[in-house]
Amino acid sequence: QQQHEDLSAKKLRLTKPSKSAALHVDLCKATSPADALQYLLQFARKPVEVESVEGVVRILLEHYYKENDASVRLKIASLLGLLSKTAGFSPDCIMDDAINTLQNEKSHQVLAQLLDTLLVIGTKLTENPSVRMRLVEVACKHLTDSSHGVRNKCLQLIGCLGPVEKGVAKEVESQAAKDVQKIIGDHFNDQDPRVRTAAIKAMLQLHERGLKLQQAIYSQVCAVVADGVRQERSNNTLLIENRLQEIKVSIVPIPSSNEEIRLVDDAFGKICHMVSDGSWVVRVQAAKLLGSMQQVSSHFLEQTLDKKLMSDLRRKRTAHERAKELYSSGEFSSGRKWGDDAPKEEIDTGAVNLIESGACGAFVHGLEDEMYEVRIAAVEALCMLAQSSPSFAEKCLDFLVDMFNDEIEEVRLQSIHTMRKISNNITLREDQLDTVLAVLEDSSRDIREALHELLCCTNVSTKEGIHLALVELLKNLTKYPTDRESIWKCLKFLGSRHPTLVLPLVPELLSTHPFFDTPEPDMDEPAYIAVLVLIFNAAKSCPTMPALFSDHTFRHYAYLRDSLSHLVPPLRLPGRKLVSSPVSPSITPHEDPSQQFLHQSLERVYNLQHLDPQGIQELLEFTIRDLQRLGELQSELAGMADFTATYLQCQLLLIKALQEKLWNVAAPLYLKQNALASAAAKQILEETYKMEFMYSGVESRQVVIIHHMRLQAKALQLIVTARTTRGVEPLFGMCEKFLQEVDSFQRCFISELPHMQGSFVDKLLDLMPRLVTSKPSEVVKILQTTLRQSTFLHLPLPEQLHRATANIIEPTGESDNPLRFTSGLVVALDVDATLEHVQDPQGTVKVQVLYPDGQAQLIHPKPADFRNPGPGRHRLITQVYLSHTAWTEPCQIEVRLLLAYNSNRSKASAKIPKSTWSESLEALPQSENGIEGTIPFSKPVKVYIMPKPARR
Amino acid sequence: MPEIKVTPLGAGQDVGRSCILVSIAGKNVMLDCGMHMGYNDDRRFPDFSYITQNGRLTDFLDCVIISHFHLDHCGALPYFSEMVGYDGPIYMTHPTKAICPILLEDYRKITVDKKGETNFFTSQMIKDCMKKVVAVHLHQTVQVDEELEIKAYYAGHVLGAAMFQIKVGCESVVYTGDYNMTPDRHLGAAWIDKCRPDLLISESTYATTIRDSKRCRERDFLKKVHETVERGGKVLIPVFALGRAQELCILLETFWERMNLKAPIYFSTGLTEKANHYYKLFITWTNQKIRKTFVQRNMFEFKHIKAFDRAFADNPGPMVVFATPGMLHAGQSLQIFRKWAGNEKNMVIMPGYCVQGTVGHKILSGQRKLEMEGRQILEVKMQVEYMSFSAHADAKGIMQLIRQAEPRNVLLVHGEAKKMEFLKQKIEQEFHVNCYMPANGETTTIFTNPSIPVDISLGLLKRETAIGLLPDVKKPKLMHGTLIMKDNSFRLVSPEQALKELGLAEHQLRFTCRVHIQDPRKEHETVLRVYNHLKGVLKDYSVQHLPDGSITVESILIQATAHSEDQGTKVLLVSWTYQDEELGSYLTSLLKKGLPQSTS
Repeated sequence: QQQHEDLSAKKLRLTKPSKSAALHVDLCKATSPADALQYLLQFARKPVEVESVEGVVRILLEHYYKENDASVRLKIASLLGLLSKTAGFSPDCIMDDAINTLQNEKSHQVLAQLLDTLLVIGTKLTENPSVRMRLVEVACKHLTDSSHGVRNKCLQLIGCLGPVEKGVAKEVESQAAKDVQKIIGDHFNDQDPRVRTAAIKAMLQLHERGLKLQQAIYSQVCAVVADGVRQERSNNTLLIENRLQEIKVSIVPIPSSNEEIRLVDDAFGKICHMVSDGSWVVRVQAAKLLGSMQQVSSHFLEQTLDKKLMSDLRRKRTAHERAKELYSSGEFSSGRKWGDDAPKEEIDTGAVNLIESGACGAFVHGLEDEMYEVRIAAVEALCMLAQSSPSFAEKCLDFLVDMFNDEIEEVRLQSIHTMRKISNNITLREDQLDTVLAVLEDSSRDIREALHELLCCTNVSTKEGIHLALVELLKNLTKYPTDRESIWKCLKFLGSRHPTLVLPLVPELLSTHPFFDTPEPDMDEPAYIAVLVLIFNAAKSCPTMPALFSDHTFRHYAYLRDSLSHLVPPLRLPGRKLVSSPVSPSITPHEDPSQQFLHQSLERVYNLQHLDPQGIQELLEFTIRDLQRLGELQSELAGMADFTATYLQCQLLLIKALQEKLWNVAAPLYLKQNALASAAAKQILEETYKMEFMYSGVESRQVVIIHHMRLQAKALQLIVTARTTRGVEPLFGMCEKFLQEVDSFQRCFISELPHMQGSFVDKLLDLMPRLVTSKPSEVVKILQTTLRQSTFLHLPLPEQLHRATANIIEPTGESDNPLRFTSGLVVALDVDATLEHVQDPQGTVKVQVLYPDGQAQLIHPKPADFRNPGPGRHRLITQVYLSHTAWTEPCQIEVRLLLAYNSNRSKASAKIPKSTWSESLEALPQSENGIEGTIPFSKPVKVYIMPKPARR
Repeated sequence: MPEIKVTPLGAGQDVGRSCILVSIAGKNVMLDCGMHMGYNDDRRFPDFSYITQNGRLTDFLDCVIISHFHLDHCGALPYFSEMVGYDGPIYMTHPTKAICPILLEDYRKITVDKKGETNFFTSQMIKDCMKKVVAVHLHQTVQVDEELEIKAYYAGHVLGAAMFQIKVGCESVVYTGDYNMTPDRHLGAAWIDKCRPDLLISESTYATTIRDSKRCRERDFLKKVHETVERGGKVLIPVFALGRAQELCILLETFWERMNLKAPIYFSTGLTEKANHYYKLFITWTNQKIRKTFVQRNMFEFKHIKAFDRAFADNPGPMVVFATPGMLHAGQSLQIFRKWAGNEKNMVIMPGYCVQGTVGHKILSGQRKLEMEGRQILEVKMQVEYMSFSAHADAKGIMQLIRQAEPRNVLLVHGEAKKMEFLKQKIEQEFHVNCYMPANGETTTIFTNPSIPVDISLGLLKRETAIGLLPDVKKPKLMHGTLIMKDNSFRLVSPEQALKELGLAEHQLRFTCRVHIQDPRKEHETVLRVYNHLKGVLKDYSVQHLPDGSITVESILIQATAHSEDQGTKVLLVSWTYQDEELGSYLTSLLKKGLPQSTS
């Protein structure tokens, strides 16, 4: 489409007279400044072509010198800037003129605008150091201007164009004797706050361009930080941080004491102060910065969490410390007495300093801030710092746990996620775990799930901890039965991480008794399954555990291993043959037996090419069945197994279709016979789309094969239609279309063609010259033979392959109460679904509602309705609006999720270089680049609804 | 030297009956007008006779400012305005104006109806008093009269609490009232801009305390309540009707919402309902969360908290009850306490401080057997918990506020003397500003050094700035001009302008000096030599040789005459005006050195 616009633009230019001439005439005609301004404004609205820019600039400059009115000159100056931005125009030819105009200009506004123009010119000519030097010099000259606008622009110019490399700077220094840093630094305490801000911005800009800042600047900045307007301060924090990255370990003496702190620490302290700044924008900025300062020494870091409590001048311990003590003294839950927190030691009044204690308590303040933006920033900062320092992680745990009770859900969620991220470094104490687990009762599903996620990867220190976690999780399960899956999963990890802690709990959990037989628990109860999941996963690495199981436990194991294979691991049980040999650590995943099985069965298929048709079919059928079963058993191989099974299915269908009798019987009988062949073709097409768009991890090698299969299906379709239709007319179009497709296939996958020897397309391409010239009937004949003779392509498997799946959690489809609403009005239906391995769900996932009358409705959920709880996983929580005319009785509608695809977006087309793409655009048939469709990828859920007639 | 005088009539080294007199630049302002809870005699109100023995208060005070509605800050207001007699303006924020009369009426009822006191203010007086109140908005600059202006800042603490800046000309005082620097569930944190007042009058209730994070307290509280309710126990929370009660309600309400709890929460009725109504109304004065979500749901419209009825106390099953008063000394909270005390499943949570002698204090100090009236012995089996939810700034918070405002002096009130001492020392040590802590009736005088604005004409300013090189950074700059003080205004004008305005003629002051030079040549030749010499030395100045034989350097005139006695000596007459003093004296010293011989 862009091509088209370009074309039209070109055409326009050819018909229009020269711009510059027209402008010249206009400006000459102008009698008053207002007129001239009008002309210029009009002129600015139209684009100017590259070739005529210079001419226009000359004319503008000419008028500039003649013009007396400042506003017109201002407009001209701004136009100069706009013009020099024109793509493809090199402004060095007008630079001298632009600089000259500065000489005699009196108006500050015009001067500022001219400098802006120079900035534009400068940024276009960054490669040329002499130009840059020249512009910087000009800017330095105008720094003494009395108007803040001009000084602002000068500083901006210096910031953007000032020399950065030390070497260059020195050379030039000798002649220009200008140190950019110093010049900008001098303006840090300009009398005008706007100029100060501009100076800081310029310094930042210089820094971003890689300038090494000097030590002196740091102290200057610190001084400015102390006061000033808000914007200045938030800029400053940035600068301090940048500064740090330069001189990581240089030493800054503290004026009041002899001790010396590293610069990083010093700046860290300064930023900590800003966490209690008056403006929340600065606070957010400061909290964010704290997170990015990784090199701070640990004792400084830990101070940020320590507020040094006191009460009536006596040192007081924090609640956290008290909790820790209680825990370590073995007494966990004691009723608090009044004065339990009574302060203990007297504090030396001289030793307490309330403010100047550097980083003291910065995070405590940040986490308590009024604005949740600040709190989130603080939590994020904690996360980043904790990730790099295990000891800090340990310390900040208490604070993170406290954040689980924040009033804003976002903050709670963020802190749970943070905790998960640092969970490798920490072990939860029992009292902390208690607080964490209390959140399990939260009514927000997001929070609960995040918490399950967190529990999956936390380390618990005691068996009581595990027990507590289990009890709370079961409580959660009874309160929110929909969390079932998530809780099971959580317990799976909890069990496998802490086998030794689970071991002593087993008798209690299974309620076994040494002498008595206890009643057998109900196998279908989610809570019991949850307990079993915990135990079996622990038993995996704890061989002594099965001895504690009672008989029915073994039976239940067998049942669960089969029904919930993704949650229950294979166990080595006495007197029981293992379904698959246990995975010992020496075997790498590549040699995993099930993977081996997959590869073997595939090899079998690929090798046996010249079996009799019957044999091939049977083998394929068996293999497909095997693969499907394998996919069900081994969740990690499911994607791969399904993918190959689908491919083989396509092949099988193709073979079957080609063996139909219809090819041999006379034409009139086709009509009845062709049903199978054309249905097969259709199905293959569908399956290929599924293969291409439903799996994540598909590489170009697979895409070729998929496309090849699709081509074969299309060929089949063509043959079938050729046989069943009378007359040649429709065939012409179809043949042409098919040939075009072959052509585009060749274009797209030219690099892959050598791998496809003996395949359908390979043969087809050999015959291409013949095909193009021959009649449709001949084409069909050729196609038929090639299709039969062509070999079966080996489908290479990628490393990782996952099938997109979706599971609708809500509506559950179990309700017998119809959703009643007045017909003609809408009712909102909450839809909650989990999606796995869907790339770009915002763009592809749709909700489909099928009404009993066959009417289908497609709903595009909002991008905000998708959440991303973990890699490869998404959650869709949305509302679907239903409406219908009145029914006499309630009826069920179906809700399902669809995956929309568009062959334009296919991986194949992405591979083509841009140029060829745009060239071939016109050549490609429209059909090929516009196939859109949807793949249903979730089980449909039935919802009972009842639109009542409206009462009048 | 201009000065600011501060005299606390109450709250000087003390908590209660806040009342501070401030005289600033000739204006007298009274800050707060509270009562003391500890006394029931005359000492409960500030001694207004200090202000004036005879004569009306209105003549002495320019305005009265009330920081918030707590009785120790506004309790004496009707007495002061109606019984002592004051008709001037009283300033307070809108929420304070709304809630204040409810509390005053309640206070009146207790004193008059229950204790039977006479000679106390009446309901009508409260109404009349409130008619004198002018309500202000946050950050609104209110012009009390032509010179005095006040401005309110957000203070946290309770709904409608404000800090006030009082400003006359360039002098200013900030009074904080009570404030809280850590935000809580329904109020935000106090905030002030960098207004650099001459004096900051700050409360210092928690001068020696640095508090733990509020989250621990909240979590503890919620956990305790949750556990008890889950056990099937009843929770009693004795509270005072306003302030902390709302905070705890919000806390429990959100927790109930989050955790999907079903146990009922009750709030004993009374003035709280009226007050809650105002909380709903003044949403803009609450914190970010409540402000942002009130469109969907006003947080003060409690879903789970219902009005309490006496009969509910006997209902079976778990429940949470907020009941007044807060110290368990009388009323509903005590009734409920007696009913529930016998069951160990139940719990009472004291969210604040209890005065000695009250039931609250007894049970907090561990007493398990209480003697009630009628010689009954009540055995307390229920759990007793103490949680401090205070809304005052702690030492760190006070320091933080001082850092934000950057005052030149600090004055501490509303706190105990011993604690103030410590904070005073810290403030002086860390901010290097003077800090005062006057006792009641003691006057503190603070000398100020106000800058005085002067009008200058643009022409003069431009001319003067053009002389120097750059407008130099933040350094004082010397300027020449005439200061005219007329009709209470200052103007800086150019001398010519001044002369013109005053109708005076210009007098010129000229210096003349004779310099003797040994030169045998003719006069005009000498002149020429001098001219050449000066031209060579003073390259930057315009040196002219006039046709009448004299030389001018800028405006300095040099004439040469032969000495009347010795023709070999020439006398150079140098004359310059006062303005050119510098150049003139330089020139003379130059000429005194003589002319170089070689130039001839």
